[in-house]
Amino acid sequence: MDKIKGNGEIRVGVYICHCGTNIAGRVNIKEVVEFASKLPYVVVSREYKYMCSDPGQELIKNDIKELKLNRIVVASCSPHLHEHTFRKACEDAGLNPFNFQMANIREHVSWVTKESKEATEKAKAMVRAAVYRVVFHESLERKSQEINPNVLVIGGGIAGISASLVVADSGKKVYLVEREPSIGGHMAKFDKTFPTLDCASCILTPKMTQVKDHPNIELFTYSEIEEVDGYVGNFKVKIRKRARYVDVEKCVGCYACIEACVYKEGKFPDEFNEGLSKRKPIYIPFPQAVPLAAVIDPATCIQFLSGKCKRSCQQACERGAIDFDMRDEIVEVQVGAIIVATGFKTFDPSRIPQYGYGRYQNVYKSIEIERLVNSSGPTGGEVILRDGRKPQSVGIIHCVGSRDKNYNIWCSRVCCMYSLKLAHLIKERTHAEVYCFYIDMRTPGKGYEEFYHKLMEEGVHFIRGKVAEVTDWAITPEEEGKLVIRVEDTLIGVVRRIPVDMVVLAVGLEPQPDADEIRRLLNISCSKEGWFLERHPKLAPVSTFTDGVFIAGACQGPKDIPDTVAQAEAAAAEALSLIDRKKIELEPNTAWIDEEKCSGCHICIGLCPYSAISYNEERKIAVINEALCKGCGVCVAACPSKAAQQRLFLDDQIYAEIEGALL
Amino acid sequence: METYVRTIKYEKELDRSFTKEILSIPGCEGLTNCIQCGTCSGTCPVSIYMDYPPRRIIAMVREGFKDEVLSSKTIWLCASCYACTVECPQNIKITDIMYALKRIAMRERRYPKGFPIPILAKAFFDIVSNKGRQTESKLVMNVWLKISLLKILKNSLFGLKLLRKGKLHFKEEKIKDRESLKLLLEEVKK
Amino acid sequence: MRENRKYFYYPGCSLKGTSLAYEKSLLAVFKYLGFEAPELPDWNCCGATSYMSIDEMSAFSLAVRNLAIAEKEKRDIVAPCSACYMVLNKAKKYVEEYEGVKDVIFKGLEKIGLKEHFKGDVKVRHPLDIFINEIGIENIKAKIKRKLNGVRVFSYYGCLLVRPFTDFDNPRYPTMLDNLVSATGAETIESALKTKCCGGSLTGTLENVGLRLSYLILKEAKRKGAHLIVTVCPLCQFNLEAYQDRMEKIFHDKLGIPVIFFTQILGVAFEIDGKELGFNHSLIYPDILYQKALV
Repeated sequence: MDKIKGNGEIRVGVYICHCGTNIAGRVNIKEVVEFASKLPYVVVSREYKYMCSDPGQELIKNDIKELKLNRIVVASCSPHLHEHTFRKACEDAGLNPFNFQMANIREHVSWVTKESKEATEKAKAMVRAAVYRVVFHESLERKSQEINPNVLVIGGGIAGISASLVVADSGKKVYLVEREPSIGGHMAKFDKTFPTLDCASCILTPKMTQVKDHPNIELFTYSEIEEVDGYVGNFKVKIRKRARYVDVEKCVGCYACIEACVYKEGKFPDEFNEGLSKRKPIYIPFPQAVPLAAVIDPATCIQFLSGKCKRSCQQACERGAIDFDMRDEIVEVQVGAIIVATGFKTFDPSRIPQYGYGRYQNVYKSIEIERLVNSSGPTGGEVILRDGRKPQSVGIIHCVGSRDKNYNIWCSRVCCMYSLKLAHLIKERTHAEVYCFYIDMRTPGKGYEEFYHKLMEEGVHFIRGKVAEVTDWAITPEEEGKLVIRVEDTLIGVVRRIPVDMVVLAVGLEPQPDADEIRRLLNISCSKEGWFLERHPKLAPVSTFTDGVFIAGACQGPKDIPDTVAQAEAAAAEALSLIDRKKIELEPNTAWIDEEKCSGCHICIGLCPYSAISYNEERKIAVINEALCKGCGVCVAACPSKAAQQRLFLDDQIYAEIEGALL
Repeated sequence: METYVRTIKYEKELDRSFTKEILSIPGCEGLTNCIQCGTCSGTCPVSIYMDYPPRRIIAMVREGFKDEVLSSKTIWLCASCYACTVECPQNIKITDIMYALKRIAMRERRYPKGFPIPILAKAFFDIVSNKGRQTESKLVMNVWLKISLLKILKNSLFGLKLLRKGKLHFKEEKIKDRESLKLLLEEVKK
Repeated sequence: MRENRKYFYYPGCSLKGTSLAYEKSLLAVFKYLGFEAPELPDWNCCGATSYMSIDEMSAFSLAVRNLAIAEKEKRDIVAPCSACYMVLNKAKKYVEEYEGVKDVIFKGLEKIGLKEHFKGDVKVRHPLDIFINEIGIENIKAKIKRKLNGVRVFSYYGCLLVRPFTDFDNPRYPTMLDNLVSATGAETIESALKTKCCGGSLTGTLENVGLRLSYLILKEAKRKGAHLIVTVCPLCQFNLEAYQDRMEKIFHDKLGIPVIFFTQILGVAFEIDGKELGFNHSLIYPDILYQKALV
């Protein structure tokens, strides 16, 4: 503390926040204020009920003006929440905002310390650390950077479609990247949507067409993100356009090639119909696909397998759209913001062998039933078993793979409602007895509980109990040839055996299997389950910890269509609000190299996660591009000659802070 | 005159210390996580014979219904096949809880009178504690003597059948170092 | 890395009593395959399920005494009885996971001079695990002399081998026994009952409950057209075989289904003499295995 630099008199103001009873309930505020007032350079030490409130901020502003304060310490909550608020207050009062330091005595002290005495002591130590540190702070300037107005949307399900349309309608350019041959996602597979039972494709396909026709949207289907470089406002993105062997520009979706294929009938499981029908090696995923263009699957096409096909498809195409020599193509685009809407995958129920999926052919997963009830599905909307029979009794098992520590702990949120929807549709189409087996019926949402009541009136049997097993084990003659569901009816307290013709497993939602790759590409975080992590669960639900990257839809956690669309449009608004600022101010906490000290050892260059450091061959030293530097401090810690230094984290500042914390 | 059984439960009739005791036993710590889904009862091969299915036992233990739980046949019917433990979505070790309840019922002599299962457990325990090994013929005789002589007569033909096929013999099995076994058991019971 | 471990055979009480056939056939098959496993010196009863109902710590200490004796000789244990297998593994796991259990058990082991020999390193394995993962199904196939084509087998795992402590098979849907039986050329039958409880000791205590559980398994085997049931557990074998005439009376159903140990069916495929395999103890003799048509 003695070796302070002589740039004028240092005058520190300290402000201790009560945060209602959040801090004051455990920390003896008076004692801390008294303690702080006696610290070196402290001119004034005050307390206030809520420092973040307007009167709280006024307190700081007045003191800066009247007491000529030039350093400010606020001891309150996490800098994540209010560092910005107090820096702004300093700035408003004419003080450079970086002459400010925050001590977190809520999350780090009052919320996590049991004894009041202990908490008070810890709060004192943290205030002292902040005061010692702030003394060494210097005025810093923020640099500003232009923002590229284009937006990248990853994922072409209902989330990506909704976000793209909002952004594009505002006049901004959107690059929409979808992995599958068509946009539409899971929603395109549904027949009806809950609770209104409106036709899914009637509301989705117009939006898909809008995407195709929108002058501001450039659509990349059958494509994946290969590489993401840069930072908020200035991302460089490489997109891999996988070879589809059909030129999307030329193809009009006339089906002539598909009819001409050497396979007379479909032979391979049709992905869009969940394997319930067969397709040919050349196919259009579904009639409303966008783009409406064929695609060739090289894993099943004879030409690719043997090189000896007649290529009747190619001959049939009058427009010459088929090109067997097509190669993957890498396209590079520049954007200012990215919206991630990569969606979910459904739980694989064969992981629960006692439910018999994959062993008993009349056990279905819910997404398969979505295709069966769909009028453009493999059975034209008829609910029939694989042997062609119409089921007379159907059991729908909720929570398959959800709410179960053996599989996934979370509630998948949509299964109760879609099970009710399927119960209704199955009953409507087959007049079968329908049983729903649930643990807890979860119907929070507008019109959802009402839908549940409607189903009760329709005579669906609701049995509260998690199903123990589905077997072909017949004990009584009535059970012969049926699937027997064994469950405790927990409301009655009796174990029941219910023979049915068809079992529907209401599978839960899981993160995409490659969510971790996307996470790494974009440098965003995941929860431990693999869902992308929002910046704040309540107050920043579509932002991530990486500026300029937003998340929407089920990639953030299981959610239904209304919530997905709401989130997607929120993400679009956030992205627009960012790019409409036109310029972005960068935090000045970047690192630089002291040229005198740098020995050119290269250690920092390989370590920098943002590739911000390069080697200057002429001067034989490392150079940091401050526009790329994110201020992570890795180079500073690694540099053996202390040449790498970082603003707001200078050695003097950190040693003083440690000294203050330990004294 | 008809009599009606009153089923209301007052707080003062519950024994919260019973819940605490169970929670402190190795393997029983998951008790409070139960979501009452009934997987245990549905999976259990003998729940259909129980006075309370396992799910209700868990609920009652959690809320301190000590008398009902300890005098129930459920805990003795549990054949400890561990199906519930493997399937429980909350990973509650239900079989361990059933064992803990059996032990407390034995300790407090609360098990249903004349019920053969605790008698078998006790007979088994006594033989192994003394000899270190089980002799099946001896175990069966000890149990039947305690339940009913009639059963011995009824099963004599069955016994003969086994005897003839060499599946039953009367040679007593025992370990050599019974002294150290005794020391071990005394030490861990302290 | 653990060096190539040697093994002790831990018979448990049943293999010296009602299930002599299991012991005979197991040892005969081990001998034929050149797998060495001498009997664990002065082993004691594992405590089974009854002991745990009376006193927890004595139950764990009984089991751990066996583990310590084996570990003293740096050998792993092969436990053919499902109950022993489960109880020994459980004791090992609980000593590892619960400080409270460990402290008490180690105090006891100290008293009898076994504490320093026990680190919890010993593995308790079932012969099925040994056949599949140590000897290997291909090696076994290579030594088969008599293919059992045409025999329909209901492979029955029972409860305690597959759960809750087994790591060599899926506890919900095990397949190892099916794989091994298929290696003999026999056909195995798919059934939801392969891991259901046979009734355990309930057949002796609450006959109407226990026998019904056993009966349901036999009935399902019959419904699915099994010639015989192959099992891995002494109690399952006893319950399913010994009470069949009684079940026939109670449930008015014709049964007469042979129930044999998996080591016996292997032995037949290896052409080991029937007496060495303990078939003289069978109450329902598995004629089908010796029908000429098969050869």
